[in-house]
Amino acid sequence: MAPRLMQGNEAVGWGALAAGCRFYAGYPITPSTEVAEMLSRELPKVGGKFIQMEDEIASLAACIGASVGGLKSMTATSGPGFSLMQEHIGYAAMTEVPCVVVDVQRLGPSTGQPTSASQGDVMQARWGTHGDHPIIVLSPTSVTQSFDLTVTAFNFSEKYRTPVILLLDEVVGHMRERVDMPPFDSVTRVDRMGTDVPPEWYKPYGDSISDVPPMANFGSGYRYHITGLFHDPMGYPTQRMDEIDPWIERVHRKIERNLNDIILVEEDIPVGAHTVVVSYGASARSARHAVKLARQRRHKVGLVTLLTIWPFPEKEISRIADSTKRLIVPEMNLGQLALEVERVAGRKKVTRINRANGEMITPQEILEMIEEH
Amino acid sequence: MSREEHSAYTYLRPTKKFPNVWCSGCGIGIVMSALIRAISRLELEKDDIALVSGIGCTGRMPVYMDFNTIHTTHGRALAFATGLKLAQPKLKVIVIMGDGDAIAIGGNHFIHSARRNMDLTAIVVNNSIYGMTGGQYSPTTPLDGKATTAPYGNIEPPMPICEVAIAAGASYVARSTVYHAVEMDRFLEQAISRTGFSLVEAVSYCHTTFGRLNKLGSPVDMMRSLKENSVSITAAEKLTPEERATKIVRGVLWDVPKPSYIELYDKILQRAQEATYAK
Repeated sequence: MAPRLMQGNEAVGWGALAAGCRFYAGYPITPSTEVAEMLSRELPKVGGKFIQMEDEIASLAACIGASVGGLKSMTATSGPGFSLMQEHIGYAAMTEVPCVVVDVQRLGPSTGQPTSASQGDVMQARWGTHGDHPIIVLSPTSVTQSFDLTVTAFNFSEKYRTPVILLLDEVVGHMRERVDMPPFDSVTRVDRMGTDVPPEWYKPYGDSISDVPPMANFGSGYRYHITGLFHDPMGYPTQRMDEIDPWIERVHRKIERNLNDIILVEEDIPVGAHTVVVSYGASARSARHAVKLARQRRHKVGLVTLLTIWPFPEKEISRIADSTKRLIVPEMNLGQLALEVERVAGRKKVTRINRANGEMITPQEILEMIEEH
Repeated sequence: MSREEHSAYTYLRPTKKFPNVWCSGCGIGIVMSALIRAISRLELEKDDIALVSGIGCTGRMPVYMDFNTIHTTHGRALAFATGLKLAQPKLKVIVIMGDGDAIAIGGNHFIHSARRNMDLTAIVVNNSIYGMTGGQYSPTTPLDGKATTAPYGNIEPPMPICEVAIAAGASYVARSTVYHAVEMDRFLEQAISRTGFSLVEAVSYCHTTFGRLNKLGSPVDMMRSLKENSVSITAAEKLTPEERATKIVRGVLWDVPKPSYIELYDKILQRAQEATYAK
């Protein structure tokens, strides 16, 4: 395909199509609306379904319903809508229905500032729904990465039967960059594992070697029950602790034992680096430039860009902290991912650079912090 | 055992632990058996039916039934069903809800599903109370009725479920009661065989909470009052508006076919694909 100039939000739409997404339900909200507009145009061309629902609650519900019916499904929203989706993120985690939720972060809380950038939803993406649950959250730093990580989000979602949240910010969602999209048939696509056992043998939530039970789509001849209540291997509600415990353990284990696959981190750390800047999303762009400037001034500085922010890359950050003296965490909030970095950095110094007024953190600010030691 | 009673087992899950969660004397079981009879008469394949529910006493129905069943979140069953229907248009998607589920927390989805004329059959079991949580007033609790959260009487006028659906754009709307089970069988059969959004309101009662708080007697007494306080739509026409307002009007209140969402969406697919290939 010829290179194209496009927005991050558009790249998310193309990435979804490349990943095999055939269902989108959403509700208009700045700064994510371009995803919906783009897919309302493109999905019907490939036989996919697009529907604008009455709110964000219904949007994610429709996505889960469509996924149960066998279509790869996605919705996109921003802060206020993301808050409304929390119950169904928990429902998808509980019922193990694959779906992708895009949150193009804007400045909050509440209506906040719809057209200003923020990274304020980091903790909400992890803990927004009630109860302990596994979740995967990916965060791109560029338009090309928005395409790539959307594909990855679908693949993780299908592979691990879990909701995956793609956390953009207004900067990445709205900026335009050149993108060389690969031919869609060359993109690696993962589809949920189905089943071919006789229907009477099928256990929708039974044990499996991978901890991810095979998923039969509704209408495929396997009749079974799905519920947001704790359920036994047949999917029927249970109050028994000896059935609840194994479920809770299994759904966390299916993510934890695959961290090597799920954790995506870009490391650029010279030997003997005194300082390492750890960042993600749009802030990682400023961080990259700051590190470049610092190196021109002969500072030994490393750069770590987290593409997977949840599950938090504990092992990686812990190892990096061991090999350096100081970590700097710039982010467009008052310190959310920094809490995790501090948790695993041991006694190493962690310096935060925070801003929550809608403006990006500049490379100059990060550079000053690198030089201040 | 009659032939029809026997046939119910065909549609129930042999693997599910009975008895069910409902209080003895509850009307929800009557709606479940009416649904089974309607599906049996339509000779639908179990694989081709999806039963979607929300939360509440009525929301527990799908787990007992041998279809593709999904017990979703409170109020959102229609939204889940919308996605499922779009993904699998060949499925008959039936949505079973209570009154609080369908028109309080789920009111937005109820109105918009009707407006879209989405190809779903909605069944609302209206017992005029939140039963599972212990008897709080719902959007259909009668004026002056007592509830655990309306100890001095309810001052909110009840929502006319069927009339709201008609106004919003449903293509088939009928109302019956759990006393009139034979009539309900017929309405459910019609509702399921229609395209577009069809609604059956099944007026029921909750003797455990509403009945006790309002001293309405046993399930038999409450059942009898459904018989005595309801009139068919033809009989209702002969009543004055004041008389009619005190009655439950039973019958097919609306049956006007129009293009359904799925039919119209198929045209969108065609238009988009023609535009693509024309390039």
